Amino acid sequence: MEPTRNATPFAPTGTPGGIVDGRIRMNIVVVGHVDHGKSTVVGRLLADTGSLPEGKLESVRAFCERNSRPFEYAFLLDALKDEQAQGITIDTARTFFKSAKRDYIIIDAPGHIEFLKNMVTGAARAEAAVLVIDAKEGIRENSKRHGYLLSMLGIKQIAVVVNKMDLVGYSKEAFEDIRDEYIAFLARIGATPRFFIPISAFNGENLIVPSDKMPWFKGHNLLSAVDAFEKEPPKANQPFRMPVQDIYKFTSLGDDRRIVSGRVESGSIKAGEQVVFLPSGKKGRIASIEAFHAAPRAEIGAGISIGFTLAEQIYIGRGELMVKTSEVQAEVSRRLRINLFWMGKKPFIPGKTYYLKLGTAKVPCRLEKINYLIDASESGGQTKIAVERHDVADCVIELSKPLAFDPIARLEATGRFVIVDQYEIAGGGIVREALAEYAQTSASEKPSLLSRSSIPAEKRARLMGQKPALIVIAGGPGRDPNTPAKALEARLIELGKRAFYLGLEDAQEADAHTSSESGNSKIESGWEAEAPAALLGRAASLLLDAGLLVVAAAKGLDSEDVKILESLVKPHAVLQLEAPADAEEATGATAGLVAEALRALGKFG
Amino acid sequence: MEHDHLEQLENQSVYILREAYANFKNLAMLWSIGKDSTVLLWLARKAFFGHVPITLVHIDTSYKIPEMIRYRDHLAMDWHLTMVYGQNKGALERKETFPDGNITRLQCCKNLKTDALKNTLSGEWPRYRLNLETGKYEPDKNKDPYTGVIVGARADEEGSRSKERYFSPRDKNNEWDVGDQPPELWNQFKTDFAPGTHLRIHPLLDWTELNIWEYIQRENIPITDLYFDKGTGKRYRSLGCYPCTTPVDSTSKNVAEIVAELRTGKFANIAERSGRAQDKEDGGLETLRRDGYM
Ligand SMILES: Nc1nc2c(ncn2[C@@H]2O[C@H](COP(=O)(O)OP(=O)(O)O)[C@@H](O)[C@H]2O)c(=O)[nH]1
Repeated sequence: MEPTRNATPFAPTGTPGGIVDGRIRMNIVVVGHVDHGKSTVVGRLLADTGSLPEGKLESVRAFCERNSRPFEYAFLLDALKDEQAQGITIDTARTFFKSAKRDYIIIDAPGHIEFLKNMVTGAARAEAAVLVIDAKEGIRENSKRHGYLLSMLGIKQIAVVVNKMDLVGYSKEAFEDIRDEYIAFLARIGATPRFFIPISAFNGENLIVPSDKMPWFKGHNLLSAVDAFEKEPPKANQPFRMPVQDIYKFTSLGDDRRIVSGRVESGSIKAGEQVVFLPSGKKGRIASIEAFHAAPRAEIGAGISIGFTLAEQIYIGRGELMVKTSEVQAEVSRRLRINLFWMGKKPFIPGKTYYLKLGTAKVPCRLEKINYLIDASESGGQTKIAVERHDVADCVIELSKPLAFDPIARLEATGRFVIVDQYEIAGGGIVREALAEYAQTSASEKPSLLSRSSIPAEKRARLMGQKPALIVIAGGPGRDPNTPAKALEARLIELGKRAFYLGLEDAQEADAHTSSESGNSKIESGWEAEAPAALLGRAASLLLDAGLLVVAAAKGLDSEDVKILESLVKPHAVLQLEAPADAEEATGATAGLVAEALRALGKFG
Repeated sequence: MEHDHLEQLENQSVYILREAYANFKNLAMLWSIGKDSTVLLWLARKAFFGHVPITLVHIDTSYKIPEMIRYRDHLAMDWHLTMVYGQNKGALERKETFPDGNITRLQCCKNLKTDALKNTLSGEWPRYRLNLETGKYEPDKNKDPYTGVIVGARADEEGSRSKERYFSPRDKNNEWDVGDQPPELWNQFKTDFAPGTHLRIHPLLDWTELNIWEYIQRENIPITDLYFDKGTGKRYRSLGCYPCTTPVDSTSKNVAEIVAELRTGKFANIAERSGRAQDKEDGGLETLRRDGYM
């Protein structure tokens, strides 16, 4: 085992590419409109590169002859699939062909429109694609749709083959017409295929050697074109991004590590570096890199599933995006412009709540409006109010809470998302840009929904005879903040003040997975609810605006949480006090704290 | 360089295991004691930094080779596993088994494996849990159904990878709708499910038989020695119940020799489960799988 596997560029999509027995593997997908010749391209490639089991081609040809049917390469593929279905073999279970350069795994991606879900699932795992267009039939609905999908799926290496050139007399003009039309079409979404190749798959023209039927064509043949594709470039020099999968604290067996875990999607990181978690904005420093049964590494690169401990006791949860303070930050927004393809049986409509999943974040979302349909079938520009199944659209969505992401042009892994309708993944897409959010008031409600009092804060304070303030009684381990907080509220009211008590669930418990001795007391993941500090901040903000003294009891708040509170209740003041140890019994200690709070309030006015 | 591929597979499997743990409250992992599910168990230790916060479920047909059960309990104690087993007591008592000569192999599999699995996962039949203090099994108080079940299925046993998903829904009757699988892209999995349904989770989908052995070798994972030739010129390639499993001809005596043997392509044209007699009966594996067998 080599100890220095630093920042190695593993494809984070986790596809089974890589190197096997010293040979490089690349996953490719073959797509296109039905009957344009996908099976024939694949079958003929297998045959011509000598990648078929011995005698297979002959036996299928003989079978066709016996049954007086014309031979089809599709039959050959069916015969291979039958064999695979019986579970034979180790490696050939995946269709692959070889070139002198490497091995190609062909990902099964059925092309019929009903199988869009399968096509997308297959194509999402590919590193490169071959898109087949029939020279005689020309560009059809799925030629366009598949082109868009490949581009959205992030597959940049595309070879477009114009097939069945024999049916158009190997005409240069026919080829160029289709090529130009298709280029113009894909330009609408900013995609450009690497290669256009005129072929006749059935006759083997331009498949693995240049065709003498088309001497006018000087470009790559199909095999040399796919050989010219590159493996995914290293992602090490991109900004560091790690969606937080979970925070683990497995208390059993005396383990007291608190591990922030996830998989690095891009960039790399070392112990000692400063990080920030988004959208919460909490900061920390990497104290250690954690792994089980692995050689220690100084630096962690893209594709690696790993864990970190932090130098500071900050509390964050699943769904945050960890980035480095020294690099370009991810964006945080509640309004996005996206490109979306829809696979759901029911359309994507305004007014209904869906879930958006990006990285490990899961946020409720709504369709605000459709800018335009990147229409796969006919002329663009028509206005629609819903995104129907198989549509591709440019639209604006609103989120119920802030999301951290990157625009697709900057980073891919953190710029892609899926949308969940009910229980199903119904759409997938890419984030184009963050849009301006609706203006926020201190309570972060839309002004259009809530209108507020127009009495100036100073006047209100004068009339009520008190200046509003948030008094936070913080409880550390074994310190109960509720008893003293309630005592303080009672005392303030006795003194004629208008005070209001708010208690907060343990913030620390709410965002960490803690496995107790019984092993099964798991807490619901934190992303379902709002971050505890934010919840408290928003609630307190309204009460403060109403002129009250708010006494909040909160366990497990860290210094970053307090910053969040301060920013949410601005311009109101926050006073922070520590709950005394054993406040429960010792009323003396409680009384002490109440006195301290009153002194602090007195100073403040 | 040669390990890049394993590294990538490991990272993906760990990611999937953590997604499963984050999204399912009642999560179980099936441990057949064989090489695949033992690799899966090892990957769980990787994912959770030496801990295994997921219940391991074993279906005991009572016809497993005795070494397998000893090995299971030894590892469970050693690695502090939450270990649970279930079985079809009724069928065993009524002797409705193939070794008793009363039913076909396929029917026997259905009784002792499929039905036992279904009812153990749903909590309808008793589960027995290993007490790590005493080393003895006790009736398990937890009767909640498991809504996420992690299994060690690999695509190369299955044929077409395009049919399976990392997170694959099963309905109330454990049935699998092959034709209508949810889309899966960019590591976004189906983690939302309707009440009454559950998900099968397949972290090893992209692994091959060779990958499994290479990884066992690289990580030095303790594996039952039934896979090795002990001088008879035969070894098990796939472990099942002893009345229905025959060994293959092989002189591989350790992990390194198995890796070398697989690399020669010696078994390239012999199904991995060819030693499993039940697959050869009518319908065989396909029928079993549809019913929730794995
Ligand atoms: N004349 C001609 N026919 C072809 C060529 N390639 C494919 N075909 C035929 O087109 C039909 C559809 O091909 P197939 O590969 O099954 O299409 P798929 O649906 O895209 O997989 C079949 O009858 C093929 O024999 C070609 O280069 N020339």
